[in-house]
Amino acid sequence: MPTLSERILGAPAGSYVDVPVDRAIAHDGTGVLAHQAFCEMGVRGIRRPECTYLIFDHIAPANTSTTAGLQRELRQFAREQGLTFCDIGTGICHQVMAEGIVRPGEVVVGADSHTCTLGAFGAFATGVGATDMAAIWASGSTWFRVPETIAVRFTGRLRGAAEAKDAALAYVQALGMDGANYRALEFVGDGIASIPMAGRLTLCNMAVETGAKAGLCYPDRETTEYLASFGVEAEMQVPDSPRYVKEISLDLSSLTPLIATGHRVDHVQEVAELAGQPLDQVFVGTCTNGRYEDLLRLSRVVRDRQVKVRTIVVPASRRVLERITAEGILSDLVRAGCVLGPPGCGPCLGAHLGVLGEGETCLSTANRNFVNRMGVGGEILLASVATAAVSALAGEVTVPGVADVR
Amino acid sequence: MYGEGRAVCLGSDVDTDRIIAGRYLRTRDRALWAAHVFEDLDPTLAPRLKGTVLMAGKNMGCGSSREQAVIALKEAGVVAVVAPSFARIFYRNAINIGLPVIECRVACKEGARVRFNLAEGWVEVDGSRCHATPLSPKMLAILQAGGLVPFWRNHQ
Repeated sequence: MPTLSERILGAPAGSYVDVPVDRAIAHDGTGVLAHQAFCEMGVRGIRRPECTYLIFDHIAPANTSTTAGLQRELRQFAREQGLTFCDIGTGICHQVMAEGIVRPGEVVVGADSHTCTLGAFGAFATGVGATDMAAIWASGSTWFRVPETIAVRFTGRLRGAAEAKDAALAYVQALGMDGANYRALEFVGDGIASIPMAGRLTLCNMAVETGAKAGLCYPDRETTEYLASFGVEAEMQVPDSPRYVKEISLDLSSLTPLIATGHRVDHVQEVAELAGQPLDQVFVGTCTNGRYEDLLRLSRVVRDRQVKVRTIVVPASRRVLERITAEGILSDLVRAGCVLGPPGCGPCLGAHLGVLGEGETCLSTANRNFVNRMGVGGEILLASVATAAVSALAGEVTVPGVADVR
Repeated sequence: MYGEGRAVCLGSDVDTDRIIAGRYLRTRDRALWAAHVFEDLDPTLAPRLKGTVLMAGKNMGCGSSREQAVIALKEAGVVAVVAPSFARIFYRNAINIGLPVIECRVACKEGARVRFNLAEGWVEVDGSRCHATPLSPKMLAILQAGGLVPFWRNHQ
C-alpha cells in the first residue's frame, strides 16, 4: 500500500509529478534571490498569494545596512503582492507555519532546508532553493520525484532525561548524513504516540540531516487535538502496510542523552563521554528546540539558580515568547542569567546575535554543527534542552539526570 | 549538453556552509560569493576554479538550501560538478541555475582532463569513460535552457 508521501503526491515512488503547492514559504535569506529570479522570469503577479508566506527570521532584526536594504525591498514586494508577510519578531518560519497553518495532507514547500519540520502534521513538506520558489510563486505548482520511504520505527517511551532531540540524534546517527538522500522518512511505531507535537516537530526537523526530502508523522489524536487548539479541524490517518525500502527500529526507553560533535550531525556520542568539557556559550532555541515545551524544560532546570556560562535563549516565535512571559517562565530564565534574543533563528547560522569567536565552543540545541557555522573557528556541540540546561549551570558539558527535569 | 574541464578533487559530505559561509549571504554581489567560495574548506581554491570540473565524494552540497552555493561555483568558473551522490536541494539548485551536475561513481585524478555529455549520459576522466545517471527529461530541458529562469521565459 502507499506510503504517506505517495498518498499526498498521488503517485508511486519513482514517478515524476507536477503538484499544486498548498503553502509556499520563503524568508529574508532566500527571499532575496527568489525575488530576483521572479523579476527575471518576467512575471508580475504571484499566482496564489493566499498560499504564499514571507517570514523574516534569519537576520531579524537586520545586522547591517546592506541587510536592512534587502529587507526593505522584500517588504515592498510583499505589500505589492498581497501575500502573507510576517515581519521581524513573528518567529522562525517553520514554527509560525506550525501554529495552526499547515494541515495534514498538504504539499508544503519552503525555500529553507528545514521545511521538513512541518511533516510532523502529516503534510509533505520539503525544502527547495530560491529559483524553485520563484517558479512556485509564478505558477502555484512544482515538480517532484516521488520519494521512496524509509520507516523509522519507535518502540517504548522516553525515560529519564532523554527527550525527542535525543531520539532525533539517534536516528541521524543510525542513518548517517546521506542515509536517506532522495528518500522520505516516516516516523511510525507505538512509541510515536507518546511524543507530543513539539517533539514530533523536533524529529521531523532533523530529517534533512540524513539527506531526506521529507520526514512525516501520521496525523493521530495528538495531531488533531493540537490543531483543534488553533481552531483547525483535521482527520487522523493510519499507516496501511506501506511499502518501505528500509526500516530502522529505535527503542525510546533505552535512549540516554546524546551529543553530536566533530562538525558532523551524525557523529553522535553519549553526553557522558564528553562530560567536563568546558563551554563558552550555551544556545537554546531554533526550529529544532525553541518551542514553549523546550523553554519550560529549560526553566525548570535553571530556575532559582545561576548559569555559569553565557546562555542565549531565543524563542521560536512570538507566540512562544508571549506564553513564556504570561507564565513567568521568561522571568525565571532572566533571573537565572539567561540572555533573551528576539524570536527568530538567533545565532544558529552564524550571522548575528551570538556568533562564536576563534577557539570557542557552544553547546546548542540546533540541528547543524558544520565547520565555522556559528562563527569562524568556533565549535558547535548539538544536544537536547535538558543537556543544554544542566551544562549551562555547570559551565561544562554535563549529563542531565531525572531529578534535573522533574 | 557537452562540456570539459580540469578535475579538482573534493571529499565527501561537503556542506553548503563550507561552499559559501553564512557570513557572506546577505548581498546580491555574485562576485563576492565567487571570491569567498570554499573559504572554510580550502582558502586557496577560489582563484583556481575557472574551467574546472569539481569531482566530489558522496552527498555533495548537503545542508542548507542556500542557492548562493551553486551560484558561487558557477561565478567562480566551475564548468560542472561530478559526484556519486548529491544532496537533493543542491542538485535541484544547480540545474535551476544552469550548472551541470553529474551523478557518476568515478575516481578523481587532480588536474585530469574531464569531458562529459549529459544528454548522452557519460563522463570521461583522462580518456576512460563511465556511465552517468541520466537526468529526467524535464531536468535536462531546464539545464539545456541555461536554468529555470530562461526555461520559464521560453515556455511562456
